Amino acid sequence: MSRLPRSLAVVLTLSVVLLALYPVFGQVVFPNKHAFLMQKLTGIMIMAVMAMSLDLLVGVAGLVSLGHAAFFGLGGYMLAMLSPEYAAANLWLVLPATLIAVAFAAAIVGYLSIRTSGIYFIMVTLAFGQMGFYFFNDSKFAGGSDGAYIMVKPAVEILGVSVLNLGDKRTLYYVGFGTLVGVYLLLRVLLASPFGRVVSAIGVNENRVRGLGFDPVVYKLVAFTIGGTIAGLAGFLAAIQYGFVNPATLSWHHSGEALVMVILGGMGTLFGPAIGAFVFELARMGFEAMTDHWLLPMGAMIIAIVLVLPKGIGGFLLQVFSARSKVEDGQ
Amino acid sequence: MTRISRRGALLAGAAVAATGLMPTRFAIGQTAKVRVGLMLPYSGTYAGLGEAITSGLKMAVDARGGKLGGREVEYILLDDESNPGKGPENASKLIAGDHVDFLVGTVHSGVALGMAKVAADTGAMLIIPNAGVGAATGPMCAPNIFRTSFSNWQPAYPMGKVAWDRGMRNVVTISWKYGAGEEQLGGFEEGFTQRGGKIVKRILLPFPNEEFQANLTEIASLRPDGVFAFFAGSGALKFVKDYAAAGLKSIPLMGTGFLTDGVLAGQGEAAEGVLTTLHYADALDTPDNKKFRADFKAFSGKEADVYAVQGYDGGQLLAIGMDAVKGDTTAGSRAALIAAMEVAEIKSPRGAFTLSKAHNPVQDIYLRQVKNGQEIVLGVAHKALADPAKGCKSA
Amino acid sequence: MDIWFFLIQVMNGVQYGLLLFLVASGLTLIFGIMGIINLAHGSFYMLGAYLTFWLLQTVDSLFLAILLALPISAAVGYLIEALLVRVLYRRDHLDQVLLTYGLILIFNEAQRMLWGGDVHGIKVPGGLDWSIRLTETLSYPVYRIALSAVCAALAGGMYLVIQRTRFGMWIRAGASNRDMVAALGINVKLLFGAVFAVGAVLAALSGAIAAPINSIGPGMGDSILIICFVVVVIGGVGSIKGAFLGALLIGLADTFGKVLAPDFASFSVYGVMAVVLLVKPRGLFA
Repeated sequence: MSRLPRSLAVVLTLSVVLLALYPVFGQVVFPNKHAFLMQKLTGIMIMAVMAMSLDLLVGVAGLVSLGHAAFFGLGGYMLAMLSPEYAAANLWLVLPATLIAVAFAAAIVGYLSIRTSGIYFIMVTLAFGQMGFYFFNDSKFAGGSDGAYIMVKPAVEILGVSVLNLGDKRTLYYVGFGTLVGVYLLLRVLLASPFGRVVSAIGVNENRVRGLGFDPVVYKLVAFTIGGTIAGLAGFLAAIQYGFVNPATLSWHHSGEALVMVILGGMGTLFGPAIGAFVFELARMGFEAMTDHWLLPMGAMIIAIVLVLPKGIGGFLLQVFSARSKVEDGQ
Repeated sequence: MTRISRRGALLAGAAVAATGLMPTRFAIGQTAKVRVGLMLPYSGTYAGLGEAITSGLKMAVDARGGKLGGREVEYILLDDESNPGKGPENASKLIAGDHVDFLVGTVHSGVALGMAKVAADTGAMLIIPNAGVGAATGPMCAPNIFRTSFSNWQPAYPMGKVAWDRGMRNVVTISWKYGAGEEQLGGFEEGFTQRGGKIVKRILLPFPNEEFQANLTEIASLRPDGVFAFFAGSGALKFVKDYAAAGLKSIPLMGTGFLTDGVLAGQGEAAEGVLTTLHYADALDTPDNKKFRADFKAFSGKEADVYAVQGYDGGQLLAIGMDAVKGDTTAGSRAALIAAMEVAEIKSPRGAFTLSKAHNPVQDIYLRQVKNGQEIVLGVAHKALADPAKGCKSA
Repeated sequence: MDIWFFLIQVMNGVQYGLLLFLVASGLTLIFGIMGIINLAHGSFYMLGAYLTFWLLQTVDSLFLAILLALPISAAVGYLIEALLVRVLYRRDHLDQVLLTYGLILIFNEAQRMLWGGDVHGIKVPGGLDWSIRLTETLSYPVYRIALSAVCAALAGGMYLVIQRTRFGMWIRAGASNRDMVAALGINVKLLFGAVFAVGAVLAALSGAIAAPINSIGPGMGDSILIICFVVVVIGGVGSIKGAFLGALLIGLADTFGKVLAPDFASFSVYGVMAVVLLVKPRGLFA
């Protein structure tokens, strides 16, 4: 992936700063809704992390997965299962344990799935995702279809001193924010690395990559595992936010929503899917407030965006800003 | 479409509030409207149930001049899409975003548990007008969580005795493999086996699979004395039709009322003879119920059902609590509000009921049977049945 | 399980499979020829069922109601193709996924606005509303047998059309090489419009003829959609023969999963798909 046009980078940076400052000015701008909006934005940022992780598969490596939510859900369930019933879990133990477990699961699913491609890959990942859903839905140990609670949020301590109170909504907001920015930068660095360039090339033309002597299977598998693990991280955070996990977080509906965010936001642009998450969630909230029949405007909006913006919102922004920067550069 | 116009007005209000032109916190609670958040399914499989509950609740409030404790009421509706993944988030939206005084919802048990979690975390008042998940008035029970419907165990348990008394000794139970299904089957099985009955087989289908043919064939080969089923909505409609078409009518079919309620017309002759137990029956021959059904028809244009009753009683419970504190929803009168709701005797169309210590109705369970296409009430299967509230510390 | 019940279970599986085939056939046609992943396919299934239910309130015969429902579904399908899908042919497949996802939302809301949230059932038509007694306790509904016969006949008909007619030749050409169709001088626009309409009709038809043994309710299209994709993909995308065998395989897997391994019944369908694709990554007949 090439560098972003400078003006776009500036706009995105400004948006991120705005997001960072929300807890400061939110109270003034939305006095009546501030607390809720902060929670909502936290949730959206977590979904944006998931959307970006899916973009690594869909937009970059060309692996369209309809089972991505399985890793998101697994992340949450790991936390629920590792947390003691009435005491706080130690974040420094449960987080790595969760990520390792999710990475392991993603590696296995990835290993089996990447033998297929195209719609077959979509359906194999769907199959694994649904198996994950039914695994927790039918389980006795994790609350079954009713889901499970995490009664006490994990403690974040250094040398026995609590450094972060995850029960505090503002703290959690910044944890979500930090994760969003951190994951974005991590993925940018990853894609700029030699490894990332090979993965991107696979997304464009797998045969050529093979011809150059790289084994696409290995690269795809690593990308799949990284994407799955990041989704697991997002699910872990989502479970912390409300202290509740349910099999529905693993279901294909949830995977489908993440995919819609990615396509809507613009595949392969990383920042686009994050924007897609914001647009999707905020539009839903707005339409729900407007009408009982909110599915109608929601569907119409999605269709309109597909028809008008061929490369999604991110692609559109890239186009607008690269045209502008060309003008600025006097070309 | 009163709902839309109200919502429109509400939207305008919200828009004004958002721009900061309106005072954000009302100094005197009594002058502002009471905000009631209805978090129910308005789309998807359970949309009809959500609408019935909404109409029932509004009707109860309208019957009191549209006021609760002397204050006008403002409804904030939210479609929960029966998506448990979004349950806590949606509940938080109503509590933190719309500052509702009461949260009412929902149908789906998983979503209701998410709401209960948020209610436990925030202390918000929650009234559950349907979801029967045992935990809500069991391990999760709390002073601020009430239920005006049933626990899954409750309507199923009395059928165990009915089956035994009718001479059945070997019964097959069948449902979907999910929480509500297993809890309902558990209720029946407890009532049946404690008398000496035997469960030949418990069949659990993948949720929400509606292809029953394989299991019907299995039931035919097992030849039990009776079959107890829990399905609801489209699954109930199809199961009863398929059961009859498979020629199994010689084996009595039993279930909780959800097996026939709301889908009886669609089931047609197939439902003939089906025995069900429930805390309500459309045909309940009491003046209260007849009046309720006529009023509901006039109010909403639709026939009342058990969901409408549960919504209506949710509205009544709200009214009793709010009357006791004269509309004061501030923290200072919270204890009085809860105390009044706890001892409320609710004049329900289903018959008067009180609440248990775990805040679940202590209610009569009726035995009903379909005869000539009509649900007939055969009698009371269990008088004033209380849920055992396993795991509830305050009960 | 004695042999008799085993055979009945086989029949159950085949009967369910035949119905799945009919729903899935339209999906595989559209994908095979047009390369479009049509998520709104389940919506047409729902449309067929609801139209039949609705028409039955004015006309008296199920046959007539279905007959009237089909051209309406075809028109809706054609219009969607002409107005929306056509714009996206040169685009990424995923744009079409997104478009048809938007369509699902609109269909679901339209269903609710037109017909409400209640669940309905329609009667099995007179003459077919009896059952054949198989064992002392078990009968088999004649309507299900008739349904299987119709599905099998349609499968045979489709096979003949595809193997023996010019339209079928285009379809085969399109499935193997989409650009070739244009090269043959065929009016691609018309062909694609027709194929999309035919796909919609097949879905609506299956929704309609299954309506008497189904319940008609909100969300019914969404639940059939995924199982259709499973069928199509197992068989190999674009292959009618594959969809046929895939459907039978899934019908049997679902039936015997429930009977033989009830604890794992939830996994049976997806497990079969995963195994098939791991062994044959492009389905059985691609």
